[in-house]
Amino acid sequence: MNQRSRLSLIVTQTLVLSLMLALFGRLFFLQVASGLKYQNAALSIQSRDIVNPAIRGAITDSSGLPIAMDRPGMQITVNRSATDALPDKGLAVFARLATLLALKPADVYTKTRLCGELPIGQRTGCWNGTRQQPIPITKAATEQEALKVLENPTLFAGVDAAPVPVRSYPALAGENAAHVLGYTGVVTDADLANPNNRFYRNEIVGKSGLEYVYDNYLRGTPGVKTLIVDRKEAITSVSHNTKPIPGNNLVTHLDIRLQAATEAALASSVKRSRSMGYHADSGAAIVMDVTNGAILAMASYPTYDPNMWQVGLTTQQAKDLFSASTGVPALSRAIQGEYAPASTFKSVSIVAATSAGYNMNSLYDCPAELKVGTQLFKNFETKSQGRINMTEAIAVSCDTIWYQIAFDQWLKDGGLNPHSPVNDYFFNAARGFGVGKKTGIDLPGELTGRLPDRQWKQNYYDANKAFFCDYAKRAKPSDLTPYLIAIAHENCLDGNKLRAGDAVNFAIGQGDTLVTPIQLTDMYAAIANGGTLWKPEIAQAVLTPAGKVIKSFTPVINGKIPATASDISFLHTALRAVATRGTAAPVFANFPIDVAGKTGTGQVLGRNPNGSAKDDTSWFASYAPSSSPRYAVVMMVSQGGFGASISAVGVKDIYSALFGVVGNKVDPTKAIFGPSGPPVALPKVDPKYAKLPTGVSKS
Amino acid sequence: MSRLLGNSRRARTFRDNISGYDKQLNFIVGALLLIGTLLVWAATRQWFASQGLDPQYYVKRHALNIIIGLLLAYGTTLIDYRLLRAYTPFVWGAGVLGLVAVLIPGVGSTINGARSWISFPGGFTLQPAELAKISVIIGMAMLLAEARDKDSAPTHLDVLKSLVIALVPMALIMLEPDLGEALIISAAVIAIIAVSGAPSRWVVGLLLVGVLTGFVAVKAGVIHQYQVKRLQSFVDPAADPQQSGYQLRQSRITIGSGGILGRGLFTGPQTNGRFVPEQQTDFIFTVAGEELGFLGSGLILLLFGAFFVRAFAIAGRTTDVFGRLVCIGVIAWFAFQTFENIGMTMGLMPMTGVPLPFMSYGGSSMFANLVGLGLLQSVHLRSR
Repeated sequence: MNQRSRLSLIVTQTLVLSLMLALFGRLFFLQVASGLKYQNAALSIQSRDIVNPAIRGAITDSSGLPIAMDRPGMQITVNRSATDALPDKGLAVFARLATLLALKPADVYTKTRLCGELPIGQRTGCWNGTRQQPIPITKAATEQEALKVLENPTLFAGVDAAPVPVRSYPALAGENAAHVLGYTGVVTDADLANPNNRFYRNEIVGKSGLEYVYDNYLRGTPGVKTLIVDRKEAITSVSHNTKPIPGNNLVTHLDIRLQAATEAALASSVKRSRSMGYHADSGAAIVMDVTNGAILAMASYPTYDPNMWQVGLTTQQAKDLFSASTGVPALSRAIQGEYAPASTFKSVSIVAATSAGYNMNSLYDCPAELKVGTQLFKNFETKSQGRINMTEAIAVSCDTIWYQIAFDQWLKDGGLNPHSPVNDYFFNAARGFGVGKKTGIDLPGELTGRLPDRQWKQNYYDANKAFFCDYAKRAKPSDLTPYLIAIAHENCLDGNKLRAGDAVNFAIGQGDTLVTPIQLTDMYAAIANGGTLWKPEIAQAVLTPAGKVIKSFTPVINGKIPATASDISFLHTALRAVATRGTAAPVFANFPIDVAGKTGTGQVLGRNPNGSAKDDTSWFASYAPSSSPRYAVVMMVSQGGFGASISAVGVKDIYSALFGVVGNKVDPTKAIFGPSGPPVALPKVDPKYAKLPTGVSKS
Repeated sequence: MSRLLGNSRRARTFRDNISGYDKQLNFIVGALLLIGTLLVWAATRQWFASQGLDPQYYVKRHALNIIIGLLLAYGTTLIDYRLLRAYTPFVWGAGVLGLVAVLIPGVGSTINGARSWISFPGGFTLQPAELAKISVIIGMAMLLAEARDKDSAPTHLDVLKSLVIALVPMALIMLEPDLGEALIISAAVIAIIAVSGAPSRWVVGLLLVGVLTGFVAVKAGVIHQYQVKRLQSFVDPAADPQQSGYQLRQSRITIGSGGILGRGLFTGPQTNGRFVPEQQTDFIFTVAGEELGFLGSGLILLLFGAFFVRAFAIAGRTTDVFGRLVCIGVIAWFAFQTFENIGMTMGLMPMTGVPLPFMSYGGSSMFANLVGLGLLQSVHLRSR
């Protein structure tokens, strides 16, 4: 062998063995280093899960009556692996099915397509499960339709009918509670992508409200049958098969009769307001147990039928839910509506004033109007009252007293050039009452309201300075009035400064101050119970279908309002005076329940879409019985007009239902709760609310 | 010396042969054949059973192929390979004739997009390219080893002649087209020329031409077209024509999912679900990957490695230039084919339809492989 041959042989040998080594390395990478990844990939290729839905737990009121429950529905499904085997791929069957169910053939076709089979953009309504899982066409088939399918297996090859649970809201007492309950729906791809969710494809999950918050308790565990398939999607074996486990029942503090009465009172208040010429676009009403923060009823207007989600929303329904022309029914005003609290806020101002050293028994001037700086501030709900004490000031809702106090305090804090530290009695009192902070109610989407303190002013200014300083160019032409231009100019110069007008407006709950109805309810419940701010809670306990308690929601204290005992006792007297001789006296004349409360008529800047000026926000925040308070009731009607004539009347209606008031007398048998208040013991939830639906009989 | 020579020149007895073989090489190939048989069985039994067919259909035919192949191998060792030189023109001519025959419509049949097979009555098919490989190796080895003392290198003319010997069958194979076989022959050609001691510029030049051709082929979409054709022609009505990467992806997943210990022989769900098409032929290694895991498929790689170590030992030991060049040709053929096949199943190499030596199902390939083994043993027998 010559030298070159020998060298070539060695090179060849090295090369060949290196190739083998490369294969070995690659093999190690595939099987050892990334074996798990490929095992998962293989599993998703081979296995097909068939999800058998679990019965979702019921949501009941405090006496165990269901507000939301699963009822048997008749589901028609199409099995793609069967229809695909037909010569025409099932087209004739789909056409027959569409005729039977009075659906469009195109809809049936789309519903039975796996999403991946349709081009992007045409996937609405497609099936996001597997080919092996029966695809639901409807859950609302009649028994006759189901029987037709079952009795003609050749005409309806691959089609099946079986009873399935359908979420329903039975409205046993005529209640609606849509905003509290929320709704359920099929998991979306986004839900599945979230690693915190452990959902199965096509599972029904809570999307909003209690259904969303307590979904993990309510949902139960679906039965899963895992099929191993081959390349032709033929089933070769069943690797795993579990039975569904029904979800747990959620017992709430709500009472369906009270809920229905609250909704009715709210709706009639809106109606009354409209009949008086106000816009009354929306409203909210809440009943809370002041001893523990339990929400006994919560209504929002306008509302919608929660059952419509189950049947499948039409495009029109979906549009209406969020349309301004229908009042955005999807919005829960009780926790998502932010409004100026107006005079209901004076209870906070009382606490601020006493901490600033004002004597509640002294007399103060209540003129019809007061000049603060160059601006004239007027009384909204009353006229000139002369010199009156603070109790009267609350009862008749005098504003000018507060203008004076707030202005004086603003000056003491240094006016436009505040010295440090500032006392800010009003802001601090409001903060102590929870203004600007979520109450933490067990519902999603709660808003914070707004505490327009110095810091907020600064932040707002920082964010909008450029706009104010370039107002002429940036504002809409319609907003270029001399008045608004002047304001913008002022804001540009020193918009970060707390002005006298801001301080004065804040003291009467106007200006930039915003609260949600649930915040105001919580604040008045705190006044009622002696100072405790509760975390409002709707859920009471979670029970298994067999009745075992697996979770009790104990009341949670959010804090204490910064009121002294004498503040509270003063407020009890003053707020009672509102209903006996003050702004709400005409409403509660001869009412057998001692109600304490405060009217509020909030001015709203801006205009409606049709150009009309916005009407005032009507508030009535209250609690009863005033001697030993148990319930806080708040009603708000947006653009509803006066607090007394609209909301106070609505609140009275709620108390009437709550205490069983007939005429001028209390009929204890008609009261919703006994003398000891809402039930303490947990109810038994009727097992029929968690029973599997029965099958169709062919007889 | 003359006695020794005379002894080695006379026809050998069966006993002589058996005792004279490189036993390790036989053991290695025996192990590969055995594992391969199990894998072919694993790849096909459940699928055939589910179609209502004989689950042992493939494994029986595979065993028969092995038996025929072993007989051919034994026959090869009986012939003194040095005498083969005399028959080289006939072997080469037969190879070329076969390759021409497949291109004649009615004689050649198209499977998986390549017109590579000659069908015989009784369902038997023959792939002339497999035979042509051997003819090219022997032909080139003869030309480059001819009439030369041990230390002189082939002349440019020798190299040119040997290239003609190689290029004619290669051109015919490219017409089928069977890119994989053409690449295998190229590997053998370059290795033989390199080890023959021919001027290095030939080796460098040929490598450059090879790389350039490959580059142009990929750029022009030749390889891609071929893959698409292969994928489209799967004789499987239910499997819709999925994207061309389907087979390679499935192959990689199947191997990767085996993990360290594997899913167990006959119990791989990917294999039993028939997710890898052509699994008993070109993708046989995926069965090992899934069912035998890293331990089992690593062992297969070790066996191939040991096979090459032994084969190189035979090539290095023989004093006969022709024998060495035949060995190198066979080694290059097996090495490239093994690397291309396993590399393809693991996503390391592009897809070309070449079977795994000694393991894939397929008669012609099995026969050629075992004849290749026979050639190695023949050189071994006569180099002692």
